[in-house]
Amino acid sequence: MAASSIAARELLHNIKLIPYYQKSSCLFSRRISTSKLQCSSQPPEKSAPQQLVGVVGLEIHAQISSNTKLFSGSSVQFLAPPNSSVSFFDASLPGTLPVLNRRCVEAAVMTGLALNCTINKKSVFDRKHYFYADLPAGYQITQQRRPVAVDGVLTYSFLGGRKRSQVMRKNVHIKQIQLEQDSGKSLHDDVNSQTLIDLNRAGVGLMELVMEPDMSCGEEAAAAVRELQLILQALGTCQGNMSEGQLRVDANVSVHRPGEPLGTRTEVKNINSIRYLARAIDFEVQRQTAVVRRGGAVLNETRAYDSKSGETVAMRDKEGLQDYRFMPEPNLPPLLVFEDEASLPAGVEAGEAVLLRTLRARLPELPSVRRDRLVQTYGLLPEHSFTLVNEDGLMEYFEAVMKGTSRDPRKVIGWVTNELLGLLKQQDLSVSHSPVLPAALAELLELQEAGCISSSAAKQVFQEMWRSPGKAALQIIQELDLGLVSDAADLHRICQKVVDSHPDKVRAVRSGNQKVLNKLMGLVQKETKGRADPVLVREILQEKTS
Amino acid sequence: MIKMLAFQTLRVVSLEILGSSCNLLANNVRSITKRCSPRSLQSQILRPLSSHQHNLKVPKVPTWEHVPEEELPRPTKIPADLVDRLERLALVDFRTQQGLECLEKAIRFADQLHVVDTSGVEPMDSVLEDRALYLRDDTVTEGDCAEELLKLAKNTVEEYFVAPPGNIPLPKREERAAILRHSEF
Repeated sequence: MAASSIAARELLHNIKLIPYYQKSSCLFSRRISTSKLQCSSQPPEKSAPQQLVGVVGLEIHAQISSNTKLFSGSSVQFLAPPNSSVSFFDASLPGTLPVLNRRCVEAAVMTGLALNCTINKKSVFDRKHYFYADLPAGYQITQQRRPVAVDGVLTYSFLGGRKRSQVMRKNVHIKQIQLEQDSGKSLHDDVNSQTLIDLNRAGVGLMELVMEPDMSCGEEAAAAVRELQLILQALGTCQGNMSEGQLRVDANVSVHRPGEPLGTRTEVKNINSIRYLARAIDFEVQRQTAVVRRGGAVLNETRAYDSKSGETVAMRDKEGLQDYRFMPEPNLPPLLVFEDEASLPAGVEAGEAVLLRTLRARLPELPSVRRDRLVQTYGLLPEHSFTLVNEDGLMEYFEAVMKGTSRDPRKVIGWVTNELLGLLKQQDLSVSHSPVLPAALAELLELQEAGCISSSAAKQVFQEMWRSPGKAALQIIQELDLGLVSDAADLHRICQKVVDSHPDKVRAVRSGNQKVLNKLMGLVQKETKGRADPVLVREILQEKTS
Repeated sequence: MIKMLAFQTLRVVSLEILGSSCNLLANNVRSITKRCSPRSLQSQILRPLSSHQHNLKVPKVPTWEHVPEEELPRPTKIPADLVDRLERLALVDFRTQQGLECLEKAIRFADQLHVVDTSGVEPMDSVLEDRALYLRDDTVTEGDCAEELLKLAKNTVEEYFVAPPGNIPLPKREERAAILRHSEF
């Protein structure tokens, strides 16, 4: 009992403590509350009794980014008027037949290639039956027996180690990627005790990715999903917005002692952000650990995550085990993909077939390759490469700035990840909405590099550029009189004034405390609004205090 | 794999079962030619459905030989619980002892498939397996017919279809039995 109440307290602690976004945060994982206890990367000591560890597998539904649905020519659009993007097939009117969208197949194959999957040259479709009002056919067309891609691996990284500054690289196996139809949407009207059905989403193409239970905690799962999201976005196969339901993640969670068989798992649903994913999993691991420690049994059930309370709650019991009565889809012959044009059978046009060689050639630079390139090309720290790649558009911004300036990339990255990203986060803006364009920032950095302004003045100029977009750095420097004061006579006068008004500090310097000289320098910069040339000021002050 | 094979074969023959369902009910279970490969079996069944009316390979008169009972697996008995579950899944009532017997007979009929030697034969999914699945361009050609579709529905609100809240749980077995007794005439 005592143990469980301690566990509960730890749990509470973990849930309440959501770190704020830090200006210099490099890996998104810092923004996610995670349980360090659960996710320790060190193997448990042998003498200690074996601890329960979490085992996490994920099932991810990614909505394919396409103009039309998987099996019909009606449009795919978020927020269209209800039932406006519905064809007769989507509404399951009798006599309609599925016609497969080539784009959807190509998206699934490209995703499979990017995740190092084996692409099945021949895959088949199945019907999965269940009754629900937003599934008018009474079955979903999916790929249960032979999916389009199998046996892949996703490599993801997060900050770990003792100081949480070490980049930890891990793998999760992708069991399969299958094409399937999305269902419609139900709006429950409790007042009138009815359900309103919108079939706009019914039949939209989904890729279901099944990840093996290779993860152990919320942080790992969150990092894996974030990496997947970046890959999908780079490929353009899914927009990956979790809050709009383009990426839906269900987590299968269980606990066991390492080496022993896996425990009974629960399935956690209703997770609509990466942060909630981490918290839902950590909650569930701790809840199950407490149950097992109490001597209880974890039930095989579906639980929903409640983002308000940070807890998972059991969903209404399904009546016994679901029987989906899978059967081969009789209206669709097997789906064939080919290696290249030479392997096409007679009568199949290259433009109508899905060719692996063509799709491989179309694969863009993937996030992991991007990060490596950034580290190698610009000599950046790995964590900086993470920030650049994780923030949508930030890498492009950084590279655009680099084109316009000769400054050291390691200085530029500071501007981009601190000044720019800080203001963007503060105002909840995306990189593409930054009022300061890359070229403008580059110009500012060039002025600083040329010695026209000090670094503190440059920061003031940046703030001003942010407030009045379109104004050039040089113009602001002139208007605010922020140009570097390097006139010796002027500086002499200001330094003399500071020295005269702080005799105690001058005495301290004279008695050998050189640190106080920095304080005097600070006072001079205050007088000049940070515009004084620091090298000159130092020389003058040294002269005057010697 | 074996399961799949059996399943595939079953699908092919299901056409036959459909075709002869009336006979089935009349307890007139026909046997199918035994010791033939599924492919030839399939062609026998499918040819009559094709448009070639005068195919010489199709016998004019059906032929069959009886499969001895001892070659078949043990007859399947359907427990009441399973009937209950099937009724729930299919939303169909078997209603009577007669219906149950009919189901058992249908299974018995399909049992003959166990006699067919399918070793080394790759199962088929579709009779169109040798054709490439047609893939469509990703351009919008349909939709924008909400008004037409909503006309078909019994209840609508604005541009939504209206359904009862959630899934209506099926009546429990006893309740259903009561309802059924009432409905019989």
